[in-house]
Amino acid sequence: MSTFLLMCFEFFKTGLFAIGGGLASIPFLKEMSVKYGWFTIEQLTTMIAVSESTPGPIGINMATYVGYHMFGIAGGICATLSLVAPSIIVICIVAKVLEKFRNSPVVNGVFSGFRPAVVGFILAAVASIYLNSLLRIPAWQASGNLTDLFNWKAIILFAALLAFYEYKPKIHPIVIICLAAAAGIILGF
Amino acid sequence: MKVLLDLYISWFKMGLFTFGGGYAMLPMIQKEVIEKHHWATEDEIMDYYALGQVTPGIIAVNTATFVGYKIKGVIGGIIATLGVVSPSVVIISLIAGLISNFSELEIVQHALKGIQVAVCVLMFTAIRGLYKKGVKGTIPFIIFAAAFLLSYFTSISTVILVIIAGVAGYVISVSGKKGGEAK
Repeated sequence: MSTFLLMCFEFFKTGLFAIGGGLASIPFLKEMSVKYGWFTIEQLTTMIAVSESTPGPIGINMATYVGYHMFGIAGGICATLSLVAPSIIVICIVAKVLEKFRNSPVVNGVFSGFRPAVVGFILAAVASIYLNSLLRIPAWQASGNLTDLFNWKAIILFAALLAFYEYKPKIHPIVIICLAAAAGIILGF
Repeated sequence: MKVLLDLYISWFKMGLFTFGGGYAMLPMIQKEVIEKHHWATEDEIMDYYALGQVTPGIIAVNTATFVGYKIKGVIGGIIATLGVVSPSVVIISLIAGLISNFSELEIVQHALKGIQVAVCVLMFTAIRGLYKKGVKGTIPFIIFAAAFLLSYFTSISTVILVIIAGVAGYVISVSGKKGGEAK
């Protein structure tokens, strides 16, 4: 099998077996590095860093990066399409089944458990972003000084943006993101 | 045709302004999918997120496929997914080709730290909205609190937690009905 097809196959496999967020695909990428030597672990670390700091879901960014690294633009496109193909197939089937059983009491019972749980999962995922960006736990642990715990610049920006967003709730989230990026650059976060 | 174009553009926008994992996309989904286009309700999005956790693939892509499929069948699912991945393909190809030290650039780091604060703000509002709609009553609150604590403080896989929550929801709904009939 040509390396190009093998790469597409590996990403299809990743899309099929990596369940959950984009970070779930990292072990699969590590395996590609070790098994085929398509890129080094160091290169993979760079790819993850870039994927986290560019727009788009991390899993997609990493697939595009690895594909591009190996075969240029065509590689990036094909790796990404291979990664999402299993999702499209599986989700269309699930959605079709769901349509049929939408009104079944079993499905409704199961979903009544899903919904509050999902709110809990999202809160858990976001909690670490909060701790990371609004507090400075390592600095506090190093100095023992409580005032070092708070990332004042970030907290003030948070309060200002939140007040603005509460005052104008109809505004598009994109505006908030752009304002915050500009503030980060101007204030030197 | 118009709907397919709308699906593509809308998911393109969501892909372009999402930083991080699929959860960070939630405020964007609330704006574009729920408020602007009325393609799905808040409850449906929660269902898609839960199902997206236990099915193969990335949550952002799974949610896009679900919404697209609901609106326009298989072709809708494909178009929405292509929309959400397109910005990544363009941006990563540019960066990988031109600036491989992108994430180390000072200006990028400053901007990202600012964006993290924006994500905190957007998620605060998003989660508050979800909580008000999705967590009503004692039993949903217990499921919510257990899901948060187990997912934050333990390393139990989310797949397992979602399945447990589904089973719990089913058992509670069945026993609730029986209780009702007994009365």
